[in-house]
Amino acid sequence: MAENFLDAYPWWGSIVLLSIGLYVVMASRNYIKKVMGLSIFQTAVFIMYIQIGAMEGATAPIVDAHHSLYANPLTHVLILTAIVVGVATAALALALVVRIHAAWGSIEEDDIVRAAKREEAER
Amino acid sequence: MSLPAGLEAQLPALQIVVPLMAALIAALLRHPRWAWWPATIAGFASCAIALLLAKSAARGEVTIYALGGWIAPFGIEYRIDALNALVLVIINFASLFALVHARRSVAAEIRPERIHWLYCAWMLCLTGLAGMTITGDAFNVFVFLEISSLASYILVASGPKRDALLASFRYLIPGSIGATFFLIGLGLLYMQTGTLNMADIAQRIGEGGTDRTIAAGALFVVIGIGVKAAIFPLHAWLPSAYEQAPSSVAAFLAGASTKVSLYVLMRFIFDIFGIDLAFGALDIDLLLMVLAIASVVAGSLVAVQQEEVKRLLAWSSIAQIGYMTLGMALGNPAGIAASALHLFNHALMKVALFLAIGNFVYRTGSSALGSLVGAGRGMPWTMAAFVVAGMSLVGVPLTAGFVSKWYLLAAALERDLWPIALLILVSSVVAAIYLWRVASAAYEPAPADSPAATIVEAPWTMLAPLLLLALANLWFGVDPSPVLRLAEQAAVQLSVPFESAEIIAPSPLSDTN
Repeated sequence: MAENFLDAYPWWGSIVLLSIGLYVVMASRNYIKKVMGLSIFQTAVFIMYIQIGAMEGATAPIVDAHHSLYANPLTHVLILTAIVVGVATAALALALVVRIHAAWGSIEEDDIVRAAKREEAER
Repeated sequence: MSLPAGLEAQLPALQIVVPLMAALIAALLRHPRWAWWPATIAGFASCAIALLLAKSAARGEVTIYALGGWIAPFGIEYRIDALNALVLVIINFASLFALVHARRSVAAEIRPERIHWLYCAWMLCLTGLAGMTITGDAFNVFVFLEISSLASYILVASGPKRDALLASFRYLIPGSIGATFFLIGLGLLYMQTGTLNMADIAQRIGEGGTDRTIAAGALFVVIGIGVKAAIFPLHAWLPSAYEQAPSSVAAFLAGASTKVSLYVLMRFIFDIFGIDLAFGALDIDLLLMVLAIASVVAGSLVAVQQEEVKRLLAWSSIAQIGYMTLGMALGNPAGIAASALHLFNHALMKVALFLAIGNFVYRTGSSALGSLVGAGRGMPWTMAAFVVAGMSLVGVPLTAGFVSKWYLLAAALERDLWPIALLILVSSVVAAIYLWRVASAAYEPAPADSPAATIVEAPWTMLAPLLLLALANLWFGVDPSPVLRLAEQAAVQLSVPFESAEIIAPSPLSDTN
């Protein structure tokens, strides 16, 4: 039981990161922190994918006389795509935060909600 | 119409490539007026391609295209059957009508130096949506999902008010979480089946039976896509996104983006997981049924209280998404057909309604219910089209909305679920109430100091797409047979097991080599 638990350590790592990321996205009121949480959350999934393809004692999938066991390269390729997507998402989110700061003068959700309420009351 | 054989074989790829190239050209032109042209020309071209693909799908044929000549399951395949041919027609026409409208509307709402970026993002969004629809590869769906999502965050953020930035950010966060959930689900499915081709996954799930990994993967996929489809309680991003986006963009997104997510949900549930796993072992039908009812109730009740017409229409969209999910959850062929039919009809009415409000915003700069009072006198055609599309949304006989609601009712009664049939009727009455609020305000005499008192009709380039759509609402209410044939064909194709990847035709490229 304990051995199973420890053998699955990449899964546990991934799940812990996933929870941290999701918690930060939801609980944090600061937009930059929200974006950071999102990145952590996505990184957890990258780790999950990479370890699906990993195998004890396997080597990189380059055919070679000394090796017969190869890791599955497909998950790496998939996650390369997902990393690119993650970077694009983070870049777009940060660009939006810059624009939000320029337009509202703050990146704190509470300040902005207050400002929006005030604006509505004046109308 | 006859096309050269070589070109006809490449139609599935052109469906993606044409809008993608238009996005590039629009970005390179860097001119507020010229950028519209490549987008619109590409819009016409991709509509023609979608119609050609739908024509062979209506005969019950499945078109398969191996990308780059690599045969599935090793390569990525595009696969067009009746269901996604219908969805391709929906998104391309929703985009085209909104684009024709956008030339004047966007120029009035957005700063000139940003306009070409808007058309670039619009075309990228269309590329992503068409790609999600056309592909037969599960991971490819994720890639196109992110293309369309990132582009639609930009589209929403380009709205005229500073609230648009917030709306976009609040769309980006749940949207990315949803897409990542989808990615987790795919990872778990891949782990257990060792393949990413949809038909191949379906076959291996069918053979290997189910275990907890596949079950978890299925739930991650359903929840992830549920965010993009805005099914209650994952809908919170939608109302402000539609309200703050430029009017033409709101029409495009309302007509196209959630439809594609609902289609992906249908494809995964009925074709990939299969009804035995999804509805038998996992009770996803019960989950979807409860959430669909909650969407209908919440969407309708909140829509009644809105004072901002674009926001009202957005909440009404949530209720309508509930109907489409309901048809899916019923799970019988009649329900699936009703769902597919409503995808089409809802696009007809919602695009028309948003375009009508877009015309009003073009003249007055406001979409508040209060400023709409009296607009019917100055803008008779716009408001008439609004009323026709509104009647279609309510489901008045001889409009398109009636046909799909009728099918949905029949599907619910077939399962002896008369409380659901009753709910459909009651929520139609609620829809009549909130649309009546708008229509009656428009036909009241205008107060002398309001902008509506001196309003004049919108220019004809904005009026033409709107009136065409209003006519289409009536046309497909009287004669729904072309769409119905595709919808019923789709229901038949979804209820038989997915064809395995091994028996597909060779790639269209390989014979030229």
